[in-house]
Amino acid sequence: MQTAQTPETGKTGRLEIRDARKAFGSVRAVDGVSFTAEAGRITGLVGPNGAGKTTLFNAIAGEASLDSGTVTLDGTQIGGLSPHEVFSSGLTRTFQIPRPFARMTVLENLLVVPERQAGERFWNNWIGRGRVSRQEAELREKAHDVIAFCNLSAVAMQPAGSISGGQQKLVELARALMADPAIVLLDEPGAGVNPALLDTIIERIVELNRRGMTFLIIEHNMDLITSLCDSLVVMAAGRKIAEGKPREVIARDDVVEAYLGGAAA
Amino acid sequence: MSGFGIYLVFFLIIALNYGIMVLGLNLQWGYTGLFNAGVVGFYAIGAYGTAILAGPDRAALIGGFGLPFPLAILGGMILCALAAIVVGLATLKLREEYLAIATFGIAITIQLVALNFESLTGGANGLVGLPRPFIDAFESTTSYNLFFLAVVACVTGLVYVALEAAVRSPWGRLLNAVREDEVAARSLGKNIALIRLQAFVLGCTLIGLSGGIYVAFIGFVSPLDFLPILTFQIWAMLIVGGSGNNAGALLGAIVVWALWTMSGLAISRFSPVGFQNQAGAIQTMLIGLLIVSMLIFRPRGLIGERATVSSHKERGAP
Repeated sequence: MQTAQTPETGKTGRLEIRDARKAFGSVRAVDGVSFTAEAGRITGLVGPNGAGKTTLFNAIAGEASLDSGTVTLDGTQIGGLSPHEVFSSGLTRTFQIPRPFARMTVLENLLVVPERQAGERFWNNWIGRGRVSRQEAELREKAHDVIAFCNLSAVAMQPAGSISGGQQKLVELARALMADPAIVLLDEPGAGVNPALLDTIIERIVELNRRGMTFLIIEHNMDLITSLCDSLVVMAAGRKIAEGKPREVIARDDVVEAYLGGAAA
Repeated sequence: MSGFGIYLVFFLIIALNYGIMVLGLNLQWGYTGLFNAGVVGFYAIGAYGTAILAGPDRAALIGGFGLPFPLAILGGMILCALAAIVVGLATLKLREEYLAIATFGIAITIQLVALNFESLTGGANGLVGLPRPFIDAFESTTSYNLFFLAVVACVTGLVYVALEAAVRSPWGRLLNAVREDEVAARSLGKNIALIRLQAFVLGCTLIGLSGGIYVAFIGFVSPLDFLPILTFQIWAMLIVGGSGNNAGALLGAIVVWALWTMSGLAISRFSPVGFQNQAGAIQTMLIGLLIVSMLIFRPRGLIGERATVSSHKERGAP
């Protein structure tokens, strides 16, 4: 399976955010945040609810625009691009609440993903049917590899809306892998997932990272984030309040105060 | 041929022609999730476009190009496609309900233009006396209608086969992805606006084809043929037959049109003489009742959506 490298683009997945700002009226959802998700590393983004993490995620992925600041992927500006342009540049995301194509099978969910499919052009399905069929066969093979890698073979032909929430998280990860992305943004991959499936998700992320894939992960599960991430960025009230090695960062008093409200200390 | 046989041929011509329209709507709603509540507007554009292009030259009217019907129908379809591009660009960013309201309003506008733009459409009188294609080759109306039924059946069959190939391809998979979750599809690199526009324009072009065939068969066109009730009838056909299934769309067209005509016959036969006009409203109520009943008791329709969309996948799937 060739999911962890991006030979087509040659990108490493280094994501750099500089002075990102986004306000909704008088609320500064993201207020001058800067950090870098280094290539080939797993960077965690944590913070209490309302810290601005998902807003920042949406801005990076092109779903929302920043008021100011820059977002670059391997030195190329991707801030302000539309979601499909951001995707084409090598960045793929998953969602906090899974968004599978519910009435399509898991396999079809994956087959949708690859870009520039000949059969996506209407007329090619008549005048270029041979080429479309060949490409479909190749994509199907790749999709089955990804499905097996994500432990989804048993549900490959089931509608994605009928499988468990945890499996849907895996489908989102699998969809992301179909794109051979340079970097994957995971929005709470562990939320609402049973422990067995969570182990599978973690194993797969670690394996993909070992192969060179870059990750930026929002997560509330501190055990997961400290065991998984190489570095951690903490946001609160729209601002970055800490950055560094996970175990050092979460031990800081200001982080405990902001993120855990001091209760866990 | 018996009276029933003659009527059956007439019935099937209309039902299959409506079937083309339902197939167009199914592409938009069943496969792409576009709530087009202005079906009748595009049907009118196809019908008037065909009538203007095929009709004889008239001193008081614009148009009357006297084109052969196949060309005139093609012209009507192109007009419909152009109108759909304009309407689509203006409205397709709207969410479901708002798109429905916008397209419904546009259909009303088109009907009002047909009613009032007398120098082009003949106004309330419509365009009458259109030549019937190839009618001179037939000795009786019955044999002509049989010929027309064969043509309509062939066209409907071609449209069905072409659409099946389209929706069960990677292109159809894109439509389904957009229907299921636009945000997810966009985040996976898909150009949602373009996909929605393609499905809308292609669906409207098929609706325009149906309008052109209707004119060729009936031989005249009137603004009274394009009232909003037709949009609801077409929607009822899709809901009853099974949204997201082309065979269901055709089945729905036949079933609902049969119910409509039978209820009309029953009302005309059994309602008191002085109550005939009011009794006609019962038909409309029945359409509403049918839609609501199906949505409650069998939301998937008579033939529900199939689980897969890729014919390529099915051949070689493990």
